[in-house]
Amino acid sequence: MIEILFFAHLQETMGQSNLAAPLAGKTVAEIKDWLENEYPLLSLKQVMAAINEEFAVDQTIVKDSDTIAFIPPISGG
Amino acid sequence: MQTKKFEIIEQAIDVESIRQKVMSRNAGAVTLFIGTVREMTKGKKTLSLQYEAYPPMAVKMLEQIEREMLEKWPEVKVAITHRVGHLQISDIAVVIAVSSPHRKVAYEANEFAIERIKQIVPIWKKEHWEDGTAWIGDQLENVPYPKGHPELEEESQND
Repeated sequence: MIEILFFAHLQETMGQSNLAAPLAGKTVAEIKDWLENEYPLLSLKQVMAAINEEFAVDQTIVKDSDTIAFIPPISGG
Repeated sequence: MQTKKFEIIEQAIDVESIRQKVMSRNAGAVTLFIGTVREMTKGKKTLSLQYEAYPPMAVKMLEQIEREMLEKWPEVKVAITHRVGHLQISDIAVVIAVSSPHRKVAYEANEFAIERIKQIVPIWKKEHWEDGTAWIGDQLENVPYPKGHPELEEESQND
């Protein structure tokens, strides 16, 4: 299982801040596709991913018990 | 407990305590950047703001910014606190303290820090206007990050 975290508008769209899913071994891009299929209101375009609190690219593979966070465009400061 | 140089907190920020974190006998200049909640943005009136963060990653990214600063300016000391939660107009959202032996580097390094915060630190703000709310993004980016991570740009459009 992997842990998936949502923030800002993604969290409001999902109605939850986190989700556990049996997606270990998938790439970031595959996980994005899976989520967009499962949750048609969710759009992950222009959304960065971080795995275990480090920015990751679409090709990165998410391993069992990793945490993947979806990071919409940021607006701190 | 050791004082943390980089924090995400929910309470009001005590500016003086952030300044004290960067003091040293080698410092000849301290710059303090204080980011506050602005009422008017492009003609639209903000009633209040809500900030949200991914705290453990935000602290890691602030530590990365420190490493980048030390590569460019080995003698600086930096401390940063960002507030999250519900903020009113004029409340302090972020404080960046930078000390250096000389003033020029203290100014430059401080500006570098706020620009990088707007690029890589996972913090989001939600505007509350008279006629609705919206999460704000795209301060710097209009396309997905092509190299897999946000990049340094010269100008911020929104601060």
